[in-house]
Amino acid sequence: MRWIWIDKFLEFKSGESAVALKNVTLAEEHLHDHFPGFPMMPECLMIEAMAQTAGILVGESRNFEEKVILAKIKKAAFYHFVCPGDTIILHARIDSIAPEAASTSGEIMRGDERIAQISLMFSHIDNNLAGKQFPEENFVFTDMFNSLLTGFVENKATSEQTE
Amino acid sequence: MAMSRDKIFEEVKEVLIDALGLDDDEVVADATLMGDLGAESIDFLDIIFRLEKSFDIKVPREELFPAEAVLNNPDFVSGGKLTEKGLAELKDKMPHTDLTEFEKDPNVNNIADLFTVDAIVNFVEGKVA
Repeated sequence: MRWIWIDKFLEFKSGESAVALKNVTLAEEHLHDHFPGFPMMPECLMIEAMAQTAGILVGESRNFEEKVILAKIKKAAFYHFVCPGDTIILHARIDSIAPEAASTSGEIMRGDERIAQISLMFSHIDNNLAGKQFPEENFVFTDMFNSLLTGFVENKATSEQTE
Repeated sequence: MAMSRDKIFEEVKEVLIDALGLDDDEVVADATLMGDLGAESIDFLDIIFRLEKSFDIKVPREELFPAEAVLNNPDFVSGGKLTEKGLAELKDKMPHTDLTEFEKDPNVNNIADLFTVDAIVNFVEGKVA
């Protein structure tokens, strides 16, 4: 099982930017403990949701050929709590991309209200880490991730596998 | 008009403060990126991206930080030290870096000390000239 922290994409501009949506619900069990009597989405999971939005954007820009791993949180600032019943919108854009890595920035919004600003660095690990070997299959972009993009971009990773 | 060295230093300093989460007074000319300023490998790429944006230049990673390519070549490294060939290659690839001290003991473990704030300023100076 993979924890997926975005429900769907609203917009996807290949190599440029992406907008994703997440509905927060009390059915997410961790909210019962975080915190009892005051359920709120943990900030670390908002970072993960942004990493998924931006990571898919980075991966798609190289046809999912790279294993894209979150390598650095450059900035994470939070301005409001996110609670069950909220819909948050994640805006991510690519600032720089090179064969070895990519840098992204983004905001999380609830309506007109800015919830967070999150800037990240991703490593293309096959081109990094001094030539260390990783499994050949792309363990980052699995079917669950690819399904999020259905209707936005041609599902390149899956179509190549089935050819 | 070309940027003055002081102006370049100030901008490089800003880049390093943002990329590495440093205090203003930590970024001095002879500070080493890894030893003194705590940079890790992904930070080097972050620094490159930020330099590109700040100075509107292209920075191929192997130009600013060519050591990895040198270290991975068996012709250039022997017994944990750079060979003469390796030293010559490093000199050729790192004209922006002072190798005088390193030449006395070209141990691969000392290579990290070559990446100083000054070396970045020299590199950028060459690019924006």
